Amino acid sequence: MIEQTAEINKIDQSIINRFPDWVREDQREGYEGLLVEAAHLIPFMEVLRDEFGYDSLTSVTGVDYLPEEKMEVVYHLYKSTGGSILVVKVQVPRSSPVVPSLVGLYPGAAFQEREAWDLLGIRFEGHPNLKRILMWEGFEGHPLRKDWVEAFFEGEFKPYEDRWPEGKVSKVEADKPYGKNINYPEGFNPETWIPDAKELLFQGTVSLKTEDDDPGLETEQLVVNLGPQHPSTHGVFRMVAKLEGETVVDLEPVMGYLHRNHEKIGERNTFSMNMPYTDRLDYFCSMSNNFGYALSVEKLLGEKYQPPERAQYIRVIMAELTRILNHFMAIGFFLNDLGAYFTPALYAIKERELILDIFEAVSGSRMMCNYFRFGGVVRDLPEGIEEHIRKMVYERLPRQIDEMDRYLVENEIVVSRCQGVGVLTPEQAIAYSAAGPVLRASGVPYDIRRADPYGIYDRFDFDVAVRYHGDVYDRFLIKYDEVRQSIRILQQAIDGLPEGEILANKPAYKFRMPKGESYGRVEGPKGELGFYIVSDGTDNPWRYHVRAPSFINLTGLREMSLGEKIADLVAILGSIDIVLGEVDR
Amino acid sequence: MKGQGILKGLGVTLKHLIDTYLEDIKAGKDRYYTEEGVRQRMTSDTKGIFTVNYPEERLPLAEAFRFVPFLVYDEEDGEQIVRCTACGICSKVCPSQCIWITRAEDPETGKPLKTPAEFAIDIDLCMNCGYCAEYCPFDAIKMDHDFELAGYERMEANIHLKDRLLKPASYYAEIRPLNYALEQKAKAELAERKAARRAKVD
Repeated sequence: MIEQTAEINKIDQSIINRFPDWVREDQREGYEGLLVEAAHLIPFMEVLRDEFGYDSLTSVTGVDYLPEEKMEVVYHLYKSTGGSILVVKVQVPRSSPVVPSLVGLYPGAAFQEREAWDLLGIRFEGHPNLKRILMWEGFEGHPLRKDWVEAFFEGEFKPYEDRWPEGKVSKVEADKPYGKNINYPEGFNPETWIPDAKELLFQGTVSLKTEDDDPGLETEQLVVNLGPQHPSTHGVFRMVAKLEGETVVDLEPVMGYLHRNHEKIGERNTFSMNMPYTDRLDYFCSMSNNFGYALSVEKLLGEKYQPPERAQYIRVIMAELTRILNHFMAIGFFLNDLGAYFTPALYAIKERELILDIFEAVSGSRMMCNYFRFGGVVRDLPEGIEEHIRKMVYERLPRQIDEMDRYLVENEIVVSRCQGVGVLTPEQAIAYSAAGPVLRASGVPYDIRRADPYGIYDRFDFDVAVRYHGDVYDRFLIKYDEVRQSIRILQQAIDGLPEGEILANKPAYKFRMPKGESYGRVEGPKGELGFYIVSDGTDNPWRYHVRAPSFINLTGLREMSLGEKIADLVAILGSIDIVLGEVDR
Repeated sequence: MKGQGILKGLGVTLKHLIDTYLEDIKAGKDRYYTEEGVRQRMTSDTKGIFTVNYPEERLPLAEAFRFVPFLVYDEEDGEQIVRCTACGICSKVCPSQCIWITRAEDPETGKPLKTPAEFAIDIDLCMNCGYCAEYCPFDAIKMDHDFELAGYERMEANIHLKDRLLKPASYYAEIRPLNYALEQKAKAELAERKAARRAKVD
């Protein structure tokens, strides 16, 4: 580990040496990375990508430093060949936060820059489509700015003072009736408002061709809205597809229907209060979400809060069981999308239920586990569960994944619907910041468990699953590969599970966090799940950002869909495996 | 041969179908509407029908299962002794801030007493995370196993006040026997140590 850190520092130094005038080290207490002038950002990033090999821009977000009157844009980059994260920051004045857009260099920044504009009001110059992404057009203000307050505002920080010792219970909506607490932008009337793109979205058959250079038969283009209420979208999600005949010529995902501003809630919360909220991001994989958040907070807390051995093993067991249940569900519901209605899904749910029984016994809840704590896990495994897990990972799960394999993989209908459809090349996958199974199915063997190990993953023997065609079929097959690898890890973990403590130093219900920032990331079932936290030395995070894999994987959806048939859109979306709780946050 | 993959897949569904009947014959009447039948469906070698006919059949709840909290009281000589001391830790640690506590006051001196005058939990806000039970230093608030709380009205019915929240320690011992035994053991040990210390002083 020490050698690795030294090497990274060396690279840092060589970057600084290359650009002594543009770049300086971030020397604030507890901070890391490089500070770049906004004017030099694009040439700097280009060299970083082309010469230093930082080809994947994994996370883009902003921080509002209200007391210093500054806005900061934070970029997290990694090399697709492995290694840890490089942090690059740009500071701009809060009164006019303008930063050049990186979409030209890293197309994967497209949605994330829109999100930063939407929630923080940072303008990205040169972005081809800089409009709101999670909030709607009639929304006033930028909610993640520190001086913005929500409609049902109760207090700057939790715990609120009216709860104790003179708590008078009341419903907040009774005190602040809905309607009176809402502002609209100037000149905006929600009663008369019609979305700008009405001819695109609502009029159905409209001729959209502006220049007719097609000498053949005169045809009309058609706009079809898939969703927001549609079973194939796995929640409330919309795809606006422009069609030429049956062929998709343009596509735009529309999201935000389930947006609840998880990050603002997180900044009102204390650090420990956020743990149960992370369960609700990707509600299939609450254990993985807990893992990512615990990691990033433990980084800030320091050595004293490193989990003991047994807790490390339990964490790995829970995270890998989560991956298995997620992939079973993804396989089952993908078949739903293809039209094999619910028989495969029910076989998948059966395995999931058996894993959820384990989660209920250890954590007390089937889905909203809230099981991890800073420095370990909350409860030891109850009696009998270890045996149940052992039987599952040695007998049942290997058998069932083989049965799922026999059942679906060679099915001619599945093969002909999936092969060669929705292709994402390796270069595109990296450029679009794809992560997890989507990235690996495109032939990039990047797995954080191997590339930048966390917890005790460096002790286990497993292969990084990879497939090379980048089509829907490979994204389907790679889930089988990953389940098999997870079973391997689980077998080693359950055999190696030591006795001992499960929680090292439990912080009190309120504690002061050391100043600084940290980015903790795990290989979630859907891809890189990262938590970026900035602490100003109080009980509450100053900034709490979630790098949500399903949200960012959607950036490549348009690229995958262009030129495909409308009927395949559903299959392509199903193969990305999104959960709207995480996309919309 | 074209169609082989589909046939193989159909073979799997056929096997599931046959398994269902074989299991039914093997287990006989005991498979449905009995506790052992339901338990069998939770083992790692279960086959056949997997679904549970709620509410006639119910999955057994794990001891750790948690749903909205309740307050524990001890019974001594027919009197209720509320364990809660109104210290307010649960209401401060609650992520959704769904707990309101009014601390009781001595009617004569106006000094705060170590007991709640009122205790309210808005179960619409409660997210069943279990932090209140985890952080309570007096084992006074615990998570319940009763999850059937549907009602016709939410503004009043879903705010649980002290009367509704209070449940006896015997109920707690019934739903969480292992935890209860551990806590009682720890308490007995503590009392023993105290007694020993007192004996030494004397």
